[in-house]
Amino acid sequence: MCAMFQVRIHGRGGQGVVTAAEMLSVAAFLDGSWSQAFPSFGSERTGAPVVSYCRIDDREIRTRAPVDEPDALIVQDATLVHHVDLFSGVAPAGFVLVNTSHTVEELGLEDLVARFRRERLLTVPASEIALRHVGRNVPNTVLLAAFAVATGVVSLDAVVAAIRQRFEPEVAERNARAAAEAGDYVREAQGARATA
Amino acid sequence: MPVQQLEGSRAVAEAVALCRPEVVCAYPISPQTHIIEAVGAMVKSGRLTPCEFVNVESEFAAMSVSIGASATGARAYTATASQGLLFMAEAVFNAAGLGLPIVMTVANRAVGAPINIWNDHSDSMALRDAGWVQLFAETNQAAVDLHLLAFRLAEELSVPVMVCMDGFILTHAFEPVELPTQEQVDWFLPRYVPRQELDPEAPITIGAMVGPEAFEEVRYLAHLRLLRALTRVPELASEFETMFGRPLGARPGSAVGGSLVTSYRTEGATTVVVALGSVLGTVKDAVDELRTEGHPIGVVGLTTYRPFPAEALHGAVEGAHRVVVVEKAFGTGGRGFVTDDVAIALRDHDVAVHTIVAGLGGRPISEESLRRVLATAITGDLPAMSFLDLDMGAVTAETRAVRPL
Repeated sequence: MCAMFQVRIHGRGGQGVVTAAEMLSVAAFLDGSWSQAFPSFGSERTGAPVVSYCRIDDREIRTRAPVDEPDALIVQDATLVHHVDLFSGVAPAGFVLVNTSHTVEELGLEDLVARFRRERLLTVPASEIALRHVGRNVPNTVLLAAFAVATGVVSLDAVVAAIRQRFEPEVAERNARAAAEAGDYVREAQGARATA
Repeated sequence: MPVQQLEGSRAVAEAVALCRPEVVCAYPISPQTHIIEAVGAMVKSGRLTPCEFVNVESEFAAMSVSIGASATGARAYTATASQGLLFMAEAVFNAAGLGLPIVMTVANRAVGAPINIWNDHSDSMALRDAGWVQLFAETNQAAVDLHLLAFRLAEELSVPVMVCMDGFILTHAFEPVELPTQEQVDWFLPRYVPRQELDPEAPITIGAMVGPEAFEEVRYLAHLRLLRALTRVPELASEFETMFGRPLGARPGSAVGGSLVTSYRTEGATTVVVALGSVLGTVKDAVDELRTEGHPIGVVGLTTYRPFPAEALHGAVEGAHRVVVVEKAFGTGGRGFVTDDVAIALRDHDVAVHTIVAGLGGRPISEESLRRVLATAITGDLPAMSFLDLDMGAVTAETRAVRPL
């Protein structure tokens, strides 16, 4: 990696938004990078919009400012997509991952297709995958795995290792299975697009 | 020990546990909570033993119990923030007056009203002259290292020490931290031997009334004792470096640390930014950019704020014509607290001292805003006191609405 990679994660209280940034920073650390994760410091309330940040670099990270211009945006709750400013500061070459079982068009986000590179605009049915493996609507680990495969900024192995560090063995195992499925999902989606 | 990716609060809890406190008494308040939860869990699980975790009903009680514990010869630790620190204020002064080596983490947060849980330095600054040593952490590695230094310094000098770390920005941030081993800490921090202790078998009175005939002398002696920190902090930092193989506060992979003050790119600098705490990271990024554009600008961080390291600061800003103090608190109706200290320390020098008040109540401090305002300092257009990213539209609308003055 030659420049700092910045990630902003949006979701709602209870969806593991803060934990996602923490695990992403741990994954990057395990891959040998410098990383920094922090939440947007709201009073945590279940269901309220929550934002967290993660920076990854190959050298010391000093800044403490929030991430205003992310290289990747992870949206854990699709009901947030019509909020003003959700996509603010994301570069045209940035990655956008949205947790949804619908297509971008079905979400009414056609303008995003024009704004971002199509292959970097990904919808992942992360809640579905989480419900199937973890039994709860916690899409965070699924989206991290999808992020890893889509961007290559961290390895999927490191994401799974970070999951194992964070959770008790049984919960970790379920999350690891969900992560593996997410990885396959993104690879298939990319493959389908490449052959299309 | 290997480097770990840890939350700041967890890292500090681990550092505190390595220092083997015997009594921990604290009352929870954001953003200090994670530290105390983690230490409490370690006491409960038996990992931190012997140690008693005392539950109390308020911060006033937390400091009072810490005073009692310390007076009986136990190593005592507590942590608080914001209104919690102010609520214990009377006992905070007592701890210093009694010369008790309590160590307290302050997870810096704004002070109400209006209520605000986010970071600034108003809490620590309100009690900067309570007779405690105040150390400010720039990173979570510094927070860890300063706690080890704090216990050692407190017990050597018989003074309490506050370790100030930015609430949320540091306490809730995950970043690489190297924790020392128990063996290293035991070597650096020997068993606490109190100068005097309360013992029912041999009763004594401490903190008895002192009248006008001696009170001034008592205060003067406390002043001298606190000032000894200016000599001991660098000596202990040097011992720390020998023991732990890296400078005090140096992050993994970096060789930059410091104890009284830290200097960054100050060679040939005609403008020097002075700041404390985590904002130094963003300031350094801004300064790198300005240096690239050819501006002779540097940064001095104040790690030790009380006692104020006037002489060290003096040396660090040598050659500068202009000093810009970036501070996360100010005296309403007055000036920046740090600015006053800096101006007095540099009064014999031909240096213009400016204040930029920034980051109040958690307002983000962006590199871009800093760069913009520091550029005006370089061209000589920065007023004596200004507020970063102040929304004058909102201010004007409000002053019109209430028709004041």
